[in-house]
Amino acid sequence: MSPPAGKPAASKRPPRQPALEREHSLHLLREMLRIRRFEERAAEQYSLTRIRGFLHLYIGEEAVGVGVMQALTPDDAIVATYREHGQALARGLPAASLMSEMFGKATGCSRGRGGSMHFFDISRRFYGGNAIVGGGLPIAVGLALADRLQGRRRVTACFFGDGAVAEGEFHESLNLAALWQLPVLFLCENNEYAMGTSIRDELAQPDIHLRAESYGMPAEEVDGMDVVAVETAARRAAEAVRAEPGPRFLELHTYRFRAHSMADPDLYRGKDEVEHWKEERDPIALFEARLRKAKLLTDDDLASMEADIAVELDQAIAAAEAAPIEPLEDLTKDVYTLVAG
Amino acid sequence: MSTVKLTYREAVRAAMRHALATDERVFLMGEDVGGYGGAFAVSLGLLDEFGPERVRNAPLSESGFVGAGIGAALGGMRPIVEVMTINFSLLALDQVVNNAATMRYMSGGQLSVPIIVRMATGGGRQMAAQHEHSLEVWYAHIPGIKALAPATVADARGMLIAALEEPDPVFIFEHALLYPMADEIDEEPQAVDIAHAAVRREGSDVTLVTYGGSLGKCLAAAATLEEEHGLAAEVVDLRTLRPLDTETILASLAKTHRMVIVDEGWKTGGLAGEISAQVMEQGFDLLDWPVQRVCGVEVPMPYAKHLEEAALPSAERVVAAVTEMAF
Repeated sequence: MSPPAGKPAASKRPPRQPALEREHSLHLLREMLRIRRFEERAAEQYSLTRIRGFLHLYIGEEAVGVGVMQALTPDDAIVATYREHGQALARGLPAASLMSEMFGKATGCSRGRGGSMHFFDISRRFYGGNAIVGGGLPIAVGLALADRLQGRRRVTACFFGDGAVAEGEFHESLNLAALWQLPVLFLCENNEYAMGTSIRDELAQPDIHLRAESYGMPAEEVDGMDVVAVETAARRAAEAVRAEPGPRFLELHTYRFRAHSMADPDLYRGKDEVEHWKEERDPIALFEARLRKAKLLTDDDLASMEADIAVELDQAIAAAEAAPIEPLEDLTKDVYTLVAG
Repeated sequence: MSTVKLTYREAVRAAMRHALATDERVFLMGEDVGGYGGAFAVSLGLLDEFGPERVRNAPLSESGFVGAGIGAALGGMRPIVEVMTINFSLLALDQVVNNAATMRYMSGGQLSVPIIVRMATGGGRQMAAQHEHSLEVWYAHIPGIKALAPATVADARGMLIAALEEPDPVFIFEHALLYPMADEIDEEPQAVDIAHAAVRREGSDVTLVTYGGSLGKCLAAAATLEEEHGLAAEVVDLRTLRPLDTETILASLAKTHRMVIVDEGWKTGGLAGEISAQVMEQGFDLLDWPVQRVCGVEVPMPYAKHLEEAALPSAERVVAAVTEMAF
């Protein structure tokens, strides 16, 4: 059988690696570091019981969120999952509003109604924080459909994990987006585990990009631990979506260094495996080494980056602590837009 | 004021045509809503008038296209999504419960989801156990959405137009047996009130509370009660199942002091039970007799005609529930 129409030659070609430019490279490194430190502080605040509920950390996957976000404009929309802190920070949601949200405060990005899994910021077209695996995909299709019907050239970037691939909504959404040629950028963060189950025990066809191609959708595999590779692929895919509306699909190979959530004892994968990824494939260490080798990063750069981030996060935590909670009178506010009487 | 004779089906179509013609944000999406004209021929002809972008055939992906409707609503559109039957709508319940109903609250009030989802409901066509249950109460259970059940031709058109003015998700349940029903209504399509129940027949001896496909049965029962038993039944058509207009129910009870609730849904955990509980909480002193319920018998809907009839509320069962009361 011949490959589906529209399948780009690019899918088998290694992504071009542009020459590193200092300012942008430092930006990428800073953003990844910011996410990692944010997540470490979130874990610490969870241990101090200031954050409750589920807390899913993005540590290890920073290159994906940071790389993709470089390809999006403020007009583009983002639909993310319950492991969305990295995307939210990279999109520009203030750390204080995220920390406050996890503290359950009124100043949180969702007024304390959502918590860690449900960050929203419509001013930045950040449509959540969806904690139903696969549940965000149809929403992304609809946002793209609205753009199409209103003649807007925008991209809807839809993040989901490898676990979502087993959901019916994944297939329904890819089919709809391809059938109607909608401007969706599907971003599969393949971290190899659907919670505690390896994709090899979950998917009869674990080459996820092949599934996208089966819907006639150009799809590409990307090293999700290489922020430059992610940015390059995301830019190319986003530009393609913008140029001639129609979905594109990236399968981003990554790995989470921490457990699925703070409640997960992480019994289902070997310590060796985790250590291997941490030692060999850490996206921040890899990029840092690359920048040092290219003489684009000094110890002072790194130290000042760390110091700035520490100040930002200290301030975010202090702000979250000091912030007011929503008054109990507002418990039933915003169930509906209009209130009768 | 000039009137026009329309069927219930034509009334829904007229509302959609009006919406498509007057609001460019509106589009229709669902299985076979295009060339086929909708499983119940409700959208027949609209494809020719408005084209395939705005009368959008969707594949058999209820979760996908209901979710896409939610996303399109977030993106500034006013989708009218048709799901063939209420049983099929279960495939989209994730999107309804976890997204449509929650996104406003969960985002701290940043979002509104102005989607309309219409579907056929109810029994009586020998479609058996996977096509014609009355599961409206499942939707009426959910904070964040509104649930409408038009029982008249005027409401079939007017409630849909009213729903388009709502900023939040509205679910409209159209009893499939009502589609051919005809009535004279105002020529001009306009919104009707969706905040209140309607008293469809005045009476002083007993209140029959119902909605949708059971309204006709209740009116028939009321006629029999008057002719054969000398009892004046008041018939309250709920119209909107969420939020419930408890005030109108209690006002009627204050006149009659007796109540029968008639609902095709299963009795256990059903809407009739909810209304009964609200009456007990807020109108206990008004009651001269325990509230009675005439509901769907608790079986999956059978195919054979005699069994199906026995599984559904009937005017006879309503009359019996009333005449068993002591007056």
